[in-house]
Amino acid sequence: MQQLRRNFLAHAGQLGLAAVALGSGLMSRLVLADEARPPFTATVIADAWKALGYGDVKQSTEIAFKGPDIAENGAVVPVEIESRLPGTRVISILVEKNPHVMSASFTIPEGTEPFISTRVKVAESSLIHALVKTDAGAFYTTRLVKVTLGGCGG
Amino acid sequence: MTDPMRVRATLMGDRVEVKVLMSHVMETGQRKDIDGNIVPARYIVKVAAHCNGREVLSADWGPSISKNPYLAFRFKGAAKGDKVSITWTDNAGESRSDDVAIA
Repeated sequence: MQQLRRNFLAHAGQLGLAAVALGSGLMSRLVLADEARPPFTATVIADAWKALGYGDVKQSTEIAFKGPDIAENGAVVPVEIESRLPGTRVISILVEKNPHVMSASFTIPEGTEPFISTRVKVAESSLIHALVKTDAGAFYTTRLVKVTLGGCGG
Repeated sequence: MTDPMRVRATLMGDRVEVKVLMSHVMETGQRKDIDGNIVPARYIVKVAAHCNGREVLSADWGPSISKNPYLAFRFKGAAKGDKVSITWTDNAGESRSDDVAIA
């Protein structure tokens, strides 16, 4: 019964979002719903890579990835990524043990440095991936972050 | 009614460094409230930054970006006094833009 109610509310909520979005003319519902963003529904790294359309993803030592070794609070884990790979176009952050692995993707236009600093939620001690798309293919590096207090509030 | 972002843009040599602190709950949709009900997902899905009519960054976000998101990035090709504007849009269609002059 609870599940039926949740499903109904979820669908009603989506319809409500559609009304707001379409009414405000901002964006179509498709863009706002995660089913239109397959990488954000991936639950394992390999599926995220596939959803992003990255064929062969290779490890690289040319991605500088800074972050804490131990995060007291998994809700706010600072990460800083700088790619030394030429032709960097997209920088993405993935957290292996999060319910949905994909945190964010940043598109780097010409004239912008391949550098991003932000903060992510990490549910439990996990590898975090810095994933970079360049003109020469996709590359990644990882950092292990140990979390003392899990980051998803659950 | 959304709270303003705090944006700083500083010219360092030929690069502009932008630091933004957004005000947003970034609710994952996995948390339960005190009665055991799921708190609905409410999070920024798109971010865009512009300067002199040019897009200098765009991003797709999921709910695992931290609450009150912090973002820093750097770009070239702008001068002191030019305006940098940041826009976010969330999964409910809410949107907010704030801008700052490069110092």
